[in-house]
Amino acid sequence: MATEPDVDDALTQLARNDAGRVVAIVARRFGDLDLAEDAVQDALVEAGERWPTTGVPDNQAAWLHQVARRKAIDRLRRADAAVRRERRARDGRDGDGEAADPMPLLTDRGLDPGDERLRLILLCCHPALDPDTQVALTLRLVGGLTTDEIAAAFLVPTSTLAQRISRAKRKIRDAAIPLSLPDRLEERLGVVLDTLYLIFNEGYLSRGANAPATRVDLCAEAIRLTDVVVGLSDRRPEACGLLALMGFVHARRDARVVDGSLVLLDQQDRTRWHVDEVHRANSLLHEAMTARRPGPFQLQAIIAAHHANAREPDDTDWGRINALYEQLAQMRPSPVVEVNRAVAVTMVNGPTAGLQVLDEIDGLDQYHLFHATRSELLRRAGRVEEAEAARMTAHALATNPAERRLLARRPVR
Amino acid sequence: MEYMILLYSDESARPDFAPGTPEFESMMSDWMTFNQELIDSGNFVTGGSLAPSSSATMLHKSFDGSTSTVDGPYAETKEQIGGYYLVRANDLDHALEIAKRIPIPAGSFEVRPIDFRPDA
Repeated sequence: MATEPDVDDALTQLARNDAGRVVAIVARRFGDLDLAEDAVQDALVEAGERWPTTGVPDNQAAWLHQVARRKAIDRLRRADAAVRRERRARDGRDGDGEAADPMPLLTDRGLDPGDERLRLILLCCHPALDPDTQVALTLRLVGGLTTDEIAAAFLVPTSTLAQRISRAKRKIRDAAIPLSLPDRLEERLGVVLDTLYLIFNEGYLSRGANAPATRVDLCAEAIRLTDVVVGLSDRRPEACGLLALMGFVHARRDARVVDGSLVLLDQQDRTRWHVDEVHRANSLLHEAMTARRPGPFQLQAIIAAHHANAREPDDTDWGRINALYEQLAQMRPSPVVEVNRAVAVTMVNGPTAGLQVLDEIDGLDQYHLFHATRSELLRRAGRVEEAEAARMTAHALATNPAERRLLARRPVR
Repeated sequence: MEYMILLYSDESARPDFAPGTPEFESMMSDWMTFNQELIDSGNFVTGGSLAPSSSATMLHKSFDGSTSTVDGPYAETKEQIGGYYLVRANDLDHALEIAKRIPIPAGSFEVRPIDFRPDA
């Protein structure tokens, strides 16, 4: 007999690792994402009820698929047949597949996990859905996180998030957004990678003293899902680049927040960086660059690599980083890139040159890091009073507790 | 599935070629080709272009049944509806592919599924 914690662990692992692809398979089979998700939830509930007495089955993914498929059929039978007929007629879909179709062969590695899961990720990150929704759907359907977990991670009420997800599922159904592999995969993968980076950044910037301890680590989730996408996309350079970028940044997690306060890069205790993870990111980046198809994530990863591989802050090659930011600004112009470039320019040509870059940025008045950066550059330029004013603006705009704590104090350096 | 594709573009920036000029002929031939392809592939249901928005009249109706009639479109926007297609498509991606091929030089396309059509 399995103990409760064993079953809980197994269920969490199953939800995170396999629920997504089972949803994808069932959704494709029945042409109904909502039904698929409900069926997989039913199956997980049944597992929670049965496994404590029956024990955890050897092949949990296969069990989940089998039971979810049966639950989907149960749900369809319960639903009003006339309604189903009407919907089928309207959608022109063949809804009779479950009776005629033989059960697919399902062995441990037998079910083609790649294809179905990629379709589901592409669906969740369809450009016809807004970015917030893409994030929520990806974590829910692909990542197997619960609505509660996602809501807590993004500090929004569960009801808001549940609404966002159900609105998205309604649009997927009403507008007939397909579970398909597009001809131009490259273009759509770009949206997927952007979504994964959004998830990572949310984890990175919201990690703070006030975050609940049970909160899901969005950085780790983003890395896990990006790793999946790297595999599903034939290890495309930009996917590898993004995974490397996340790896370099995530390796600094233990040095980044001390006593609930954010520690800036040049002040961090570099012995607390996870060197093994930096090495892994180095080889991923190397792999990406060998393909010679540069992209914005690879460029950002190269910049992050320069920081991650510098033993001391003084070892940082700011000249090279400055040149990389210039390339990035050309490839993907954005005011946020300009803020980072201003720092690199300062390190190479001094704070006055850096402030000139900042002065030309439009539209970041409400972005705390713009003011925080400006404060630091003003301080370096000896314009102490203006620096203090900018710091206070940054403090007022910052929401993350660790950042707020750093910005609450006048720098003593 | 059927989708309505509404074509929005800036009227002041629309090409204004005189019939008979090579530019006009080339533009018309792009449209004819596109329409014929859409018909041949079985995706065309109907479609058409609209007279300029300066010819539009808005009729407003309130819950109490009263109506008022005013000149022009109700909102001052940069892009106005200039035409529409009603297409048959497998799914949204297919409809978006069709919309992308519509030969207008610059503009926006609103792609919306048809919920119900009494004559379909």
